[in-house]
Amino acid sequence: MTETSKIQVESLNLFYGEHQALFDVQLGIEPHSITALIGPSGCGKSTFLRTLNRMNDLIDSVRITGRVLVDGEDIYSPDTDVVSLRKRVGMVFQRPNPFPMSIYDNIAYGPRIHGIRKKAALDEIVERSLRQAVLWDEAKDRLNKSALGLSGGQQQRLCIARLLAVEPDVLLMDEPTSALDPISTLKVEELTGQLKEQYTIIIVTHNMQQAARISDTTAFFLNGYLVESSDTEKMFQTPSDKRTEDYITGRFG
Amino acid sequence: MKKTHSRLTDRIATVYFWLAGLAIIGILGWVLYDILSKGLPQLSWHFITGKPSEVSAGGGVGPMLFNSFYILFLSLIFSLPVGIGAGIYLAVYARKSRFSDLVRLSVEALASVPSIVFGLFGALLFVSWFGWKISIVSGAATLSLLNLPVLVRVTEESLRSVPSSYWEASLALGSSRWQTIRKVLLPSAMPGLITGVTLVAGRALGETAVLIYTAGTAASRHFPDFGLKEMGATLAVHLWYSGSSSLAPDARQIAQGSSALLVLIVLIFNLAIAIPGRIIQKRLTGGK
Repeated sequence: MTETSKIQVESLNLFYGEHQALFDVQLGIEPHSITALIGPSGCGKSTFLRTLNRMNDLIDSVRITGRVLVDGEDIYSPDTDVVSLRKRVGMVFQRPNPFPMSIYDNIAYGPRIHGIRKKAALDEIVERSLRQAVLWDEAKDRLNKSALGLSGGQQQRLCIARLLAVEPDVLLMDEPTSALDPISTLKVEELTGQLKEQYTIIIVTHNMQQAARISDTTAFFLNGYLVESSDTEKMFQTPSDKRTEDYITGRFG
Repeated sequence: MKKTHSRLTDRIATVYFWLAGLAIIGILGWVLYDILSKGLPQLSWHFITGKPSEVSAGGGVGPMLFNSFYILFLSLIFSLPVGIGAGIYLAVYARKSRFSDLVRLSVEALASVPSIVFGLFGALLFVSWFGWKISIVSGAATLSLLNLPVLVRVTEESLRSVPSSYWEASLALGSSRWQTIRKVLLPSAMPGLITGVTLVAGRALGETAVLIYTAGTAASRHFPDFGLKEMGATLAVHLWYSGSSSLAPDARQIAQGSSALLVLIVLIFNLAIAIPGRIIQKRLTGGK
């Protein structure tokens, strides 16, 4: 299992100052799969997601023990280059957060930062990323218009396209549809299904139907503990832990 | 009973706020009218570009006008890099620590020092200790000390007003902090920065107390004179000088003309920076 895992998390503990937010989390994530992280608010699922590309580093008081291996390398070892880690493990946030620039410049932002300057190469990346994110038809005639003029659902797909443009291996999605209407949600869900061919996807969601619809594996968090992780179908039909069953049948949370 | 009471207080509050607003507009209008109606008749091409005259009537303010902008320009060259750099440090790099608290406290303290104190400090430091004499460069250096704390605060505040989601998005795409600052943070903060720098510059154009002991009350006889060690009376200082101790028989008219000129310059200056600033901002945000 360890050799084939894209991401392997071992004995992960995370503290905000004195407060412990994650307890001894163990989890392996297969390449080219979708893993859903579910659990009630404040259970640590978003915090866990953010440990995978070290976004928690931005918070001063965070301290971490244990190991997180991406492609077999410990991303918390002192010689890890955080910038290149985040290029490989990208993130889509809960609220769409396009930059206040044109659609084109939003997509080209990452490639430019990573040294691509040629107009022709950028044009190609922009088109490919927008097509991958199923936004090309809506956006192709307004590439030089502000991204802030797009609808919320379009903005979120733009953010996904912006991320795809830097060609990461792993996509972390932190409740990417919670600020979207049902139709936009459906579009983003379809999109994740298609992206799985090329990427490893980990998605935090509050929506249990969503987890059941799109994921291969589901992990259930409660009070900072990873209670159970297994095949999504098995998890939703025959959960092995009483607490998982209570949560997915709506008895709490 | 209760209802009519609250309706009455609401009316009173409404009237009060309207009056307060009108009072501000009224005062501003009255001041502008007073200055411009007395000063505009004094303005002529000869007055604006001519050389000053110490004892006879008909002197101009050309060299002072030039010095105002020259000293402003030099002081911004000194203070912008340091002020904006320190502002970026406080907004982005500084973790909450004793050191960053100390920096912030110093900035607050410096910002509240009266400008005459900066003037005397500059006179001691630049004029005497550095031996720069009473000169344009001494004045500009002292003025930049006065501007520095305001610039630091303006930069920090305008950077903090940028949504943190931009910061996260950029880092999550694998950019370094410097790339994020340069490509996302600074462009988004640009309107605030431009407004702040304009305010600082406008204040510097009208500053006198800092410059009397450091740039002096006399101007070079040549015009325009870019010499850093020349005496550098500015328009605002000349206004003070004409109003208080000038020997010229038409000192009063010179003072009135200078006031009007100064007000016009500050207005034009604000517009000249604000309008291109808007255009840059529009382009950066893709027209929205």
